[in-house]
Amino acid sequence: MSTNFTNTIPQPDPSARRNSFLLVFACTILGSAAQLLIKTGMNHFSPHWLAVVTNLPLVAGYALYGINTLMMVLALKNGEMSLLYPIIALTYVWTTLASYALMGDTPNIFKNVGIATIVLGVAVMGRRGGK
Amino acid sequence: MTPLEKSVLLVLVASVIGSLGMAYLKMGSAHLTRSIGSFLNPKLLFGIALFLVSSVFYAWGIKGEDAQLSVLYPMVALGYVWGLLWAKLFFNEPLTKQKFMGLGLILLGVCFVGLGS
Repeated sequence: MSTNFTNTIPQPDPSARRNSFLLVFACTILGSAAQLLIKTGMNHFSPHWLAVVTNLPLVAGYALYGINTLMMVLALKNGEMSLLYPIIALTYVWTTLASYALMGDTPNIFKNVGIATIVLGVAVMGRRGGK
Repeated sequence: MTPLEKSVLLVLVASVIGSLGMAYLKMGSAHLTRSIGSFLNPKLLFGIALFLVSSVFYAWGIKGEDAQLSVLYPMVALGYVWGLLWAKLFFNEPLTKQKFMGLGLILLGVCFVGLGS
């Protein structure tokens, strides 16, 4: 690696890298919970402001999105966007699994192959030191 | 333009705007200090605004009978591809074979999940 290269691209230390990964990982779980809460809230949505602000699942879902964004910002501060952003696709994995468990969705081969492939992709992204 | 084409276009626009939002969050994150107020820096706020605009386009795109989620769902994931582009352009991050392979698998996986939905 040339010195010029290291000057333009800061190399975070391994623990900062791991923390960024863990933060985004947590974001995907929260993001998926937020999606399910918003979906639940929308089932008894009524377009009156009082009904909206007292719609607990909806409010909780959007609050989680807010927390999520803050965590994402902290992760991005010390991590590469090109690595961290695609990891958000893990949200699809949790949402699909939670839909099986909580919403009574029927599993099918496409969804199962899909979530396995996403997990594999994230594992490839997260592999240390690969070029 | 058919309703499906309109949906695809709207979701495509949403994915570009959303990925730009992520780039602005990254730019804003560089200005963070130990004070809470540093979270209110213009780049970060602009990034959040882009997220909101993106979600409006997305919601607009997926409403209606002709909006097939199996087509539109994977298109949101296209945002990760734009994200790779912004990461190179704005932050000069190295685009390694590992990142392309990981992203390729992730996109393939999201397509499968979309097909099963």
